[in-house]
Amino acid sequence: MSMEIYKPSLRTSLQGMWALTRRELKKWMNEPIVLFISVIQPLMWMLLFGKSMNITAVFSPRVLADLTIPDITIPGDYVSPPADGLLTIPGSVIAQYLREVLYELGGRAVESVFGVQDYFSYLAIGMISMITIFTSTFSGLSIVWDRRLGFLYKVLSTPVSRSAIIFSKVLNAALRSMFQSTIILMIAVVIGVKLNPSFNLLNLAGIYLAVFLFSVGLSSLFLAVALRSTRHETQMAVVNLVNMPLMFTSNAFFPVTLMPEWLKPLAQVNPVSYVTDALRQLTIYSTDLQILLIDFTYLTIFAVVLSTIGVLLSWKYLTK
Amino acid sequence: MVDVIVVENLTKIFNKNIVAVDHVSFTVREGEIFGFLGPNGAGKTTTINMLTTVLKPTSGTAYVMGYDIVKQADMVRRVIGVVPQEYTADEDLTGYENLILCGDLYGLPREISKKRALELLELMELTKFKDKKVETYSGGMRRRLELACGLINRPKILFLDEPTLGLDVQTRMAIWDYIKKLREEYFMTIFMTTHYMEEADNLCDRIAIIDHGKIIVTGTPSELKNSVGSDVIELTLREIEDVSERLLRIEYVKNVVRKENVYVIQVEDGEVAVPVIIEVLKNHGYGVVKLSLRKPSLDEVYLMYTGRSMRDIEESRESAIVQRIMMRRARR
Ligand SMILES: Nc1ncnc2c1ncn2[C@@H]1O[C@H](COP(=O)(O)OP(=O)(O)OP(=O)(O)O)[C@@H](O)[C@H]1O
Ligand SMILES: [Mg+2]
Repeated sequence: MSMEIYKPSLRTSLQGMWALTRRELKKWMNEPIVLFISVIQPLMWMLLFGKSMNITAVFSPRVLADLTIPDITIPGDYVSPPADGLLTIPGSVIAQYLREVLYELGGRAVESVFGVQDYFSYLAIGMISMITIFTSTFSGLSIVWDRRLGFLYKVLSTPVSRSAIIFSKVLNAALRSMFQSTIILMIAVVIGVKLNPSFNLLNLAGIYLAVFLFSVGLSSLFLAVALRSTRHETQMAVVNLVNMPLMFTSNAFFPVTLMPEWLKPLAQVNPVSYVTDALRQLTIYSTDLQILLIDFTYLTIFAVVLSTIGVLLSWKYLTK
Repeated sequence: MVDVIVVENLTKIFNKNIVAVDHVSFTVREGEIFGFLGPNGAGKTTTINMLTTVLKPTSGTAYVMGYDIVKQADMVRRVIGVVPQEYTADEDLTGYENLILCGDLYGLPREISKKRALELLELMELTKFKDKKVETYSGGMRRRLELACGLINRPKILFLDEPTLGLDVQTRMAIWDYIKKLREEYFMTIFMTTHYMEEADNLCDRIAIIDHGKIIVTGTPSELKNSVGSDVIELTLREIEDVSERLLRIEYVKNVVRKENVYVIQVEDGEVAVPVIIEVLKNHGYGVVKLSLRKPSLDEVYLMYTGRSMRDIEESRESAIVQRIMMRRARR
């Protein structure tokens, strides 16, 4: 009648954490409709908004098709080499010329503001951030459900470490976000995002890292908020309240440089701006390593600080 | 004998004013089945939750296998198994998956989890349903699965919170046979709450009756029954008026509990007391409709100490819990 007690070790902690993560992933995979629905929203933004907000088209020759400019007559000695008498330049030639210049200038303006020639590409990459925001902020909800359905009770009475409970949910959010990002990116490429020509596996790894760090930070924050909560309604309200401002005070939809002055400071501390910029650097921009380094540093600090806070709070507050 | 659970002045106050458990002290010896009896809201579940480290006590201490439930909570969790009052399995997973998950949470090597899971499923007669999602299980199947989960780490102390609630008699018997066998095989100590009196009577070595967060009395079933007196008379009066005072003045009568016109009377010498009581009541113009004399059972013990009949409680509690479980499901 030997009674083995398995000593706490790193292996058993990891085993517990992975078991809990696998549980959630399994439930998620058994319900493909959830994935489908969560991909729909960013997809609609991409297709309906991204494609129709074709800012570059504002300057297209077609838009200025009815530009009529009268013929211009200038003295012959204005031109070089000088000519005799008067010269007449037809207005249509000038109009044609202006159209081309405007289109060129417009394109350059868009590029200098958005970093790419088309708004669609700009927005499409922003949608990776968006789906990650949704997945991560909703992760807090699952702990509320676990509490309500009694599952958390069971877990709390087992020796699995309290931080493993939080980490499993964080990991679940991060892995799901990474998977969804792949889908969004693939769809984006299919419907017209032009990746920069040097895109390779390293860029893809970078994308996963950025999404991972951002998701870890954000889901830790929302899990910490939900630690004691027993009401999913409250949690839902918080998530809904926070999601929109989080997105619109970042560069996910619109560049920070063109934002009103009062909004800029907010956008500059919003981690969404950093993850989105990193993603764009890695996909559609010609990668600026220095900026990329800043983005990743910010995201790493964000992830480390918030997950540490999450773990500390879970030790203190998970058990009432 | 070694005390494996030592509880000293354990207290839990919710929201600064609800005293759920009030300076409770008791000890549980190694290898015994210790039963906690009490009406709804007595504080049984709250006590179990503190001993299993899911809740932190407001004050007081307790030691489980010598480990402090607050300071060494982690060690406590390693040596206990818990079968909670409510269902805690993940409904979206199968029974087998739930057991393996439990094994992982205890850090058991996978091969051992698998072996034990199959063994336990067989014992709980769930083998046929092992690959079905728990949401398709009946109440009895769920409870058996909970039991299996609580046993996967072969605990030294098993905490059972109303373990056979809502099960049919057959299943209940099977579970108790299994639990007894486990206890013998592994010398497991069992701390349980139940509202089935016969169950407590037949299975528990010792019982504590708890009400309003306080332990009223502790002892073996026979000690408790003896404490109530040698006999119990239950009589139904024709009139509605309260005659308790009058009855208490009769010398054989030790205690009276009244519910409407039914009286449960604790007496010293039943055969002699009955005619005296009928005589006294008659002289005062009261009529006795029905009368029975019996040896005290735990029901009487319960009634005498809490002033409530267990039968009333049984019904209300069972329906309350079934309702709670249904509400949970509806919320999903
Ligand atoms: N989380 C909580 N917050 C506030 N009050 C609580 C909480 N949990 C329990 N209580 C209160 O503490 C008291 C004891 O509850 P407990 O669940 O321990 O009773 P019990 O003896 O297990 O009852 P039952 O037979 O119905 O299971 C009750 O009055 C209950 O309302
Ligand atoms: Mg209870």
